[in-house]
Amino acid sequence: MPDDSKTIEQYLQKYDSQDICRFITCGSVDDGKSTLIGRLLYDSKMLFEDQLSAIKKDSKRFGTTGDKIDLALLVDGLASEREQGITIDVAYRYFSTAKRKYIIADTPGHEQYTRNMATGASTADIAIILIDARKGVLTQTKRHSYIATLLGIKNIIVAINKMDLVGFSQEKYQKIIEQYQKEVLEHLNAQESNINTTYVPISALEGDNIVSSSQNCSWYKGRPLMVLLDTMVLTTKGTQQDTEFRFPVQYVNRPHLNFRGFCGTIASGSISVGDEVSVLPSQKHSRVKSIISNDIKDLRVKTEDEGLEVTKRAFAPMSTTITLEDEIDISRGDIIVKRNAEVEISNKFSVMLVWMSETPLSLDKNYLIKRATTLMNGNFSSIEYKKDVNTFEKLTADKLELNEIANCTIIFDREIAADSYTQNKYMGSFIVIDKHTNETLGAGMIDSCIKNRLSKRQYTQEELALNKYVRENYPEWNCIQI
Amino acid sequence: MNSFNNLKYLEAEAIHIMREVVAEFSNPAMLYSVGKDSSVMLHLLQKAFYPAPPPMPLVHVDTQWKFKEMIAFRDKRAKEVGMELIVYSNPKGNELNISPFKHGSAMHTDIMKTEALKNMLNIYKFDAVFGGARRDEEKSRSKERIYSFRDENHRWNPKNQRPELWNIFNGRHKQDESIRVFPLSNWTELDIWQYIYSENIAIPELYFAKKRKVVEYMGTKIMLDDERVPKELRDNAKEEMVRFRTLGCYPLTGAINSNASTLQEIIQEMLLSTTSERHGRVIDSDGGASMEEKKQEGYF
Repeated sequence: MPDDSKTIEQYLQKYDSQDICRFITCGSVDDGKSTLIGRLLYDSKMLFEDQLSAIKKDSKRFGTTGDKIDLALLVDGLASEREQGITIDVAYRYFSTAKRKYIIADTPGHEQYTRNMATGASTADIAIILIDARKGVLTQTKRHSYIATLLGIKNIIVAINKMDLVGFSQEKYQKIIEQYQKEVLEHLNAQESNINTTYVPISALEGDNIVSSSQNCSWYKGRPLMVLLDTMVLTTKGTQQDTEFRFPVQYVNRPHLNFRGFCGTIASGSISVGDEVSVLPSQKHSRVKSIISNDIKDLRVKTEDEGLEVTKRAFAPMSTTITLEDEIDISRGDIIVKRNAEVEISNKFSVMLVWMSETPLSLDKNYLIKRATTLMNGNFSSIEYKKDVNTFEKLTADKLELNEIANCTIIFDREIAADSYTQNKYMGSFIVIDKHTNETLGAGMIDSCIKNRLSKRQYTQEELALNKYVRENYPEWNCIQI
Repeated sequence: MNSFNNLKYLEAEAIHIMREVVAEFSNPAMLYSVGKDSSVMLHLLQKAFYPAPPPMPLVHVDTQWKFKEMIAFRDKRAKEVGMELIVYSNPKGNELNISPFKHGSAMHTDIMKTEALKNMLNIYKFDAVFGGARRDEEKSRSKERIYSFRDENHRWNPKNQRPELWNIFNGRHKQDESIRVFPLSNWTELDIWQYIYSENIAIPELYFAKKRKVVEYMGTKIMLDDERVPKELRDNAKEEMVRFRTLGCYPLTGAINSNASTLQEIIQEMLLSTTSERHGRVIDSDGGASMEEKKQEGYF
């Protein structure tokens, strides 16, 4: 057994309580990022003998570590990268401990690849920021930290690597922590955004402070990296407040006249049979009639309503199917919420936008926007400011190019129900798609709703009377009712 | 308490992907390889569309060299889940009477798998095809997206993949383009086995240890599944307790010596195992980048 379980049954039981944690590692080619990932896989015994013998062979051919196994070769996958000795895209790696299963998003750290880091960070609970102990905080450290927090990561582990090359100096370590706090954290509003930062001195190459505490830096009283990962409270698993139930309708399942199920992934909160719900943006109301169970015992097709396997309650992040008591018009893209939930409805939002295409953002162009399960048209009406991710400065801009990040105003072709990204990741995020090439051009995060003053205008009694007078006496004007 | 373990998370993610594809594509299909990953995928598809049958056909590319037991299992499962089963074999391969024994694994795989798959896709014009590949299986897979685009010639371009953020997938495609969808991308081999165990999913008997007639061939141990095994191999065959960690064409699938005849024993054996899963496959062993090259050519 890989842990202390005595029998396979014990092991399987323990596995049943294993949760999942996704993290991203941020560092440049020289920070030893691939070595760290290789080390985590190696030390958690996720490598098999044939993989090991393959990298032993490769270490001699491509390796940079002399006689030792080059752990970085484990993670540098594609042939073209192996020759260049760098990683060029997002790769996902897996390992597990008795407590958690981990998915690592391995993303490159060079400047031109901001889009890859944003991609990896979008699903991550934790960011490991790697700093070379010899070099301290670099421009890229700031960039990585900014993107990680922009994408909503609340847990940051600053791993100060290559401690073996600075003689495990506590002084060097302390200096880098101070530097990080002053040059990075202060600018990220870490406190206001509830960002939890932890520091750990490591040597990925030698294995210090990875699985167990290192004798080489006995002055470090904290936990080794693997234990930090295992014990970190994951705050990014979506809001779990029951009142904040959000259910983007993904698919309407209608196998026969007696069954009309609304399928989707619960973005946040929970729902129970009997709850009163509203459908947005139409604001029609109904009540939950049934929820299809996630533990169906007999999966055979049911041709009538009798004998359906149902449950009383479902919660985020489940993929589920619900039915309602009333026959109301609901289709893909609608959002089901609890009745009287406070959700902003608008067609105009202030957003943070990460541009991911070589073709720059164009303000007069129409784009396809996919937000949750809604596909719609949208255009960016203005760029408020561009963020310099290296200096954290706000710059004025009239265009946005590959790997640039800006605050913009977006106008959709319809009103949608939305939350801000910080409140709700899956209700507040969208991708920008080119209508002709179909490429994914950018990723956006809703900051706030801009009320459309025209549609929300409050009319006076006199204005209402005037409108009525015009409609009754001048029908040829085709005046609309306000 | 909203407890949600690793398997539940992976299940929810896979179901989300499946529904997204069905909602946005007009002609999806599931590529059914009859192996354990396919079994899990089929189970998840049933869950995703319950109480309706999964709204797509099952497609099997039959190389004519699959284990007999796999074919029987395939037909039985298709009937049980109520999905249409499409079986396709490359007629050119049948004409040339392609045999892995005579023509080698590379030519057999190229004609009976890669080319057959492309022909099948050209005939049926599926715009989205579900596959059971996982990112932990092999190096080049680890960088492949969940929606993996193929151009009109079914080629994969690893340098030009769309970024995938959050759980939002961009399924927009041109007329002749298609996607391969991998809803099990984030599952590991262990996750697959644990899920089969906890959900009680049916898998072919070949995964369980039994006395079978095997013989050494190309550095692995292959099973004598029918009379097409050359005589000199047949003469050297011995009965041994073996099982298979992956299923494919029987002359290309290595058996391992094992006494694991229950799911618990298989999982236990896996945890102690020191050889990774694809090791028993002859086609992956020619150089570290070999799978990547095959995939660029259109291999699944």
